[in-house]
Amino acid sequence: MSTSLPPIRSVESRRQVGVAAERPWVRWLLTAVALAFVATFLVVPLAIVFFEAFAKGPAAYVAAIIEDEALAAIRLTLVIAAIVVPLNFIFGLAAAWLLARYDFFGKSILLSLIDLPFSVSPVISGLIFVLLFGAQGWFGPFFADRGISIIFAVPGIVLATAFVTFSLVAREVLAVMQAQGSAEEEAAFILGASGPQILWHVTLPKIRWGVLYGVILCNARAMGEFGAVSVVSGHVRGQTNTMPLEVEILYNEYRFVGAFAVASLLTLLAVATLVLKKIVERTVSRQRRDAPAAGKGLALALPAPPTGAR
Amino acid sequence: MRTRGVLPGFGITMGYTWLYLGVLVLIPLSALFFKAGSMGPAEFWRVVTHPRTLAAYRLTFGASAISAAINAVMGLLLAWVLVRYRFFGKSIVDAIVDLPFALPTAVAGIAMTTAYTEHGWLGAPLARLGVKVAFAPLGVVVVLTFVGLPFVVRTVQPVLEELDPDLEEAAAVLGATRWQAFRHVVLPMLVPPLLTGFTLAFARAVGEYGSVVFISGNMPMKTEIAPLLIVTKLEQYDYAGATAIAVMLLGTSFAVLLTINALGRWSRRAHA
Amino acid sequence: MSVVVRNLSKRFGRQGEAAAAAAVSFAAPTGRITSLLGPSGSGKSTVLRLIAGLEEPDEGRIEIDGVDCTTTPARARGVGFAFQSYALFDHMTVHDNIGFGLRIRKATRAEIDAKVKELLLLVQLPGYEGRYPSQLSGGQRQRIALARALAIRPKVLLLDEPFGALDARVRVELREWLAEFQTSTGVTTILVTHDQEEAFELSEHVVLLQDGKVVQTGSPHDLYDRPATPFVASFLGGANVLRGQIRDGRADMGSFAVEGPAGAENGASVRAFVRPQDIRIEKPTDQPMANVQLARVERVTRIGGSVKLAVRLGTGESVTVQMAKTEIDGLGVELGDRVMVDLKEAKVFVEDYTI
Repeated sequence: MSTSLPPIRSVESRRQVGVAAERPWVRWLLTAVALAFVATFLVVPLAIVFFEAFAKGPAAYVAAIIEDEALAAIRLTLVIAAIVVPLNFIFGLAAAWLLARYDFFGKSILLSLIDLPFSVSPVISGLIFVLLFGAQGWFGPFFADRGISIIFAVPGIVLATAFVTFSLVAREVLAVMQAQGSAEEEAAFILGASGPQILWHVTLPKIRWGVLYGVILCNARAMGEFGAVSVVSGHVRGQTNTMPLEVEILYNEYRFVGAFAVASLLTLLAVATLVLKKIVERTVSRQRRDAPAAGKGLALALPAPPTGAR
Repeated sequence: MRTRGVLPGFGITMGYTWLYLGVLVLIPLSALFFKAGSMGPAEFWRVVTHPRTLAAYRLTFGASAISAAINAVMGLLLAWVLVRYRFFGKSIVDAIVDLPFALPTAVAGIAMTTAYTEHGWLGAPLARLGVKVAFAPLGVVVVLTFVGLPFVVRTVQPVLEELDPDLEEAAAVLGATRWQAFRHVVLPMLVPPLLTGFTLAFARAVGEYGSVVFISGNMPMKTEIAPLLIVTKLEQYDYAGATAIAVMLLGTSFAVLLTINALGRWSRRAHA
Repeated sequence: MSVVVRNLSKRFGRQGEAAAAAAVSFAAPTGRITSLLGPSGSGKSTVLRLIAGLEEPDEGRIEIDGVDCTTTPARARGVGFAFQSYALFDHMTVHDNIGFGLRIRKATRAEIDAKVKELLLLVQLPGYEGRYPSQLSGGQRQRIALARALAIRPKVLLLDEPFGALDARVRVELREWLAEFQTSTGVTTILVTHDQEEAFELSEHVVLLQDGKVVQTGSPHDLYDRPATPFVASFLGGANVLRGQIRDGRADMGSFAVEGPAGAENGASVRAFVRPQDIRIEKPTDQPMANVQLARVERVTRIGGSVKLAVRLGTGESVTVQMAKTEIDGLGVELGDRVMVDLKEAKVFVEDYTI
């Protein structure tokens, strides 16, 4: 129902309110309170991850990471991301193309469906696949008879992760395509280009920043998903443990250095995601400043409010 | 079906999109509702009104509402400071606001738990004041505040950036103090994005699992959130029970969200 | 004098390199409309905002009704301000918009209602209390904005290009309306505009600005007939410019010669500004006349009741002549004709006149 994507904003300068604004001491106070809030809620957790990871020194840190089970978890996480992200990328392109360039009956239903995973708890996202493919599920026996395990195995994790993250690419690309308009694609069409040609030569270059951004987010979420995967994976160490699950297991066994060591890798990924986001924002801002007509279209404000507003 | 747009690719994108959605979303979700339906109304009701379940709902919705409210106020403040003021490190602060989006919930969970235990960086000073955060309902609120932090900030920021400075100047010349100008002119314009942000933060908080299960201690009837109850039932192979709670959770969240949206639409319509 | 501005200066830019206003001084007569006129970037809006208190001056003093309010905050100055963008509060009704200033001053509900009603009648929008700004046209919005500014009984009304965002026709209508409106309310008004026609039509006192400095002040008549500098002459009236030299006390422009300015050196370069209305076409005769030249009509443009003709003189220069349609038709002048061009009046400036 609600999309919850962080927006790309191009930060342009605006005229300030100037003399009619609040007095300096008010400004200082508000800024201080805001920064204190950020420090408490955002900076502290970030710092603690690394503090605890290195609590017993760098040697212990490295040892924790190259432990067999940790490596297996890392490998699995990467594999999952490598499957889920491209799948969702293709879906995202297809869905965005469909929704941005055509009008048809059922369009708003489609939009709602794409927004759906955001309002479903990750646990429920996992539950539904257990219901489908578990031992008592609809398709469980079908696959079990053929020796294919879905739940408590990698395919199940792929499905659950895909469910949770597929809207990310779709929503970002859709926003970009809507903002940019279809004029260029239509021009190419009139000139005789085929569908794939239009896609390759006209569309993809135009939307590349939105796509990049959506893929970054999708990847971060895919690697970090916990609740859904927890339900679906069976927690078999060395086989169906992703990095977040490994973190949980280590933590529950009071092996804090290990837990935070693995967590630190995920945190580095998160920080990289944020940095990449800033870079994309700066690039888009610069593009828009230098060539206003060409850069327009990366107006990625938060997508529409929850579905009730339709 | 009329299609607007002459660009090629309608068929293939339509087909693929619906196929993907069907396999990934529609069928799984329908399994949920069928399973709930197969329970029969009496059983469904029994599970859903069990005291433990009710306690879980209370905690989930209550903590989510409180954390969303905190985020509404602090998010507004943060957005204001980021849009209007200049200070050293502003760019970093702006980027870090998105951390809850990017950070895996499990990592957030263990980090915050460690911070708020009695010996933790933040938990220790609070313990001296007699405030218990980790393994208490307050911990749930704190973690949900982290999780929902970016939502209000990001909905309010664009609106604040677009706000015409003339309006505040007009209010000043008409005699308003800074606070009066804010209260009567600026704040009403921020109500729609605040509402949207609150709704998004609330929805996210209700479903949150990964970060909460570490800090809450998961004591039934006290600090057990609804999503955890679902997992517990699953581990006991009580699929029916898990489904019933899940359906109830989904249904109630949707109802709350629709209400808030209706409120938002009503208030927006008043300004044509 | 309602508003007196002395030596007002304001600089923008990090090192203060952009001077938006430099040593601006003028006085706005009580109960009248004064125009701050000038091209874009001349600093007129800055000066207005300084008077309102929306900017702080680097130097200078501002007096309103004899009271020095240079350091008084905007909300305590008791001025009314109208923005080019109207700046109406979209989420409030017309009633609440107009009543905003009174509400801040804790007037009673009854007082506010009465005042709003009175003002809506004054701006000719009776019964509009319940509407929202988004339901109004541009012209209506600006009138509501004026009503809002007047509700607090300001000592002076400051209008920042109030009609800039409106269609030409609406602009003209509102201009006439504003003139009547100001006459009936009698409130001292300072109007910022880049439109010379607007300034001349509305105000009795004009302050002409260029690059942040006051170039000339006076009645419209003064500025038009006795421009102090070439800039003033060219800004007001789209004049022809002829170049020449001083010879024996006269400005000799080749085709014409007129009285030179007093004290001009022989041989000094001059520029003469000739308004299209000050140069006339007559049918060729054989009698030689002073300041009459032969010319060929190259372009004829008819606009309503007047006609503009571009004529090329024997010296190769091209001059614009503006005359009434009736006169042109009476003379029977057409494209390509050879005509006599008679210079009636010119404002001559010695070339190195610095501004």
